[in-house]
Amino acid sequence: MRLLFGILFALATAAMVGLGTTWIALTQGLAYGGVTIGAWTAWPKNGTAGIDPYARAMIARNGELPVGSGDGVSFYARTDDAGQPLDGRCDVLVSGITPPARFWTMTLYDPEGLLVANSMRRHGFTSQEIVRKADGNFDIAIAPRARPGNWLPTGGIERYQLVLRLYDTPVGMATRSGREAPMPAISRRACQ
Amino acid sequence: MIRLALWILSALILGGLVHLSTVLLLPSLATQDAYARVAAVAPVNSVIPIPAPTPEKAIMPFMDPAFTVSVCRYDLSRGPLKFSVPISQAYTSVSFYTRSDVAYYAINDRAAGRRVIELDLMTAAQRADLPDTEEVTRADRLIVTSPTRAGLIVIRALTPEPGGIPAARAALAAAQCRAQ
Repeated sequence: MRLLFGILFALATAAMVGLGTTWIALTQGLAYGGVTIGAWTAWPKNGTAGIDPYARAMIARNGELPVGSGDGVSFYARTDDAGQPLDGRCDVLVSGITPPARFWTMTLYDPEGLLVANSMRRHGFTSQEIVRKADGNFDIAIAPRARPGNWLPTGGIERYQLVLRLYDTPVGMATRSGREAPMPAISRRACQ
Repeated sequence: MIRLALWILSALILGGLVHLSTVLLLPSLATQDAYARVAAVAPVNSVIPIPAPTPEKAIMPFMDPAFTVSVCRYDLSRGPLKFSVPISQAYTSVSFYTRSDVAYYAINDRAAGRRVIELDLMTAAQRADLPDTEEVTRADRLIVTSPTRAGLIVIRALTPEPGGIPAARAALAAAQCRAQ
């Protein structure tokens, strides 16, 4: 009787622990081997045959195709530099410069990876269309209402994420710090 | 007390095994991965345009809206494949994915260094069967070895302005992906 109870307890706990940790690992984006610079994190290995099992499981689950490493690298940001989640009801300023690349794109997605509807039909900026300041730096105002300059509308959604993709770039697996790859700062201003 | 601790310990070890096996098995059990999504719209060994992502609908999550995309779902079981695409005005890249969505090779227009990206795609066994003639070892002949029989070739052409989409579509429509 005691043995049976023990086995049942062990199996139930094992299933809970095992499936629970898998669920957390795949939904919270806990893949290892990431390169974090400021609020941005990239997993350059995901674009190679050396992709780790967690990242493989994650992309199999969400249906994404990672950018191949001979093509480019993508940096994801879910929070600002202070660690607060990106909120579409707030004014957020993305400013600075980007690492060397033939060109880059910055895109705003909802948590599921879909574009966000807005009246401008603007979902991001590319290095070719962005308006820069005299010193080469740029400011992107991410806000629910229109802003002068480079305005990226949020549609007022609660949570969003930014993806900065660098194409034909030396940034990759060997990159370790922000000195080699200067990423733009993300700071929250006023909230509605 | 010791007996309870032993039960908990064995439960945790078993839980660890469950965790590892689910993570490792998930890619082969997934039914909504990128390959399955593309397979639903693309026949084998032909180049199919993929509609641009919109807020309502996207064939895959996290697609870059600045690109015009075509895809070839390949199957090498009947023999190697010849692939070619003329490069458009702007950046063009070709990425190769296995049946389980692992990116194993990518090349862009600059690396190709020509007006056309042209290559042969085959499995390692088919590569080994090729005779070592001059035609095969020619320096500018690009042979890509696919780790799996089936997979995806994704062709991306940069179109930062909507006005450039027709030209990019035309360039990608000239892409070829067919058995030799």
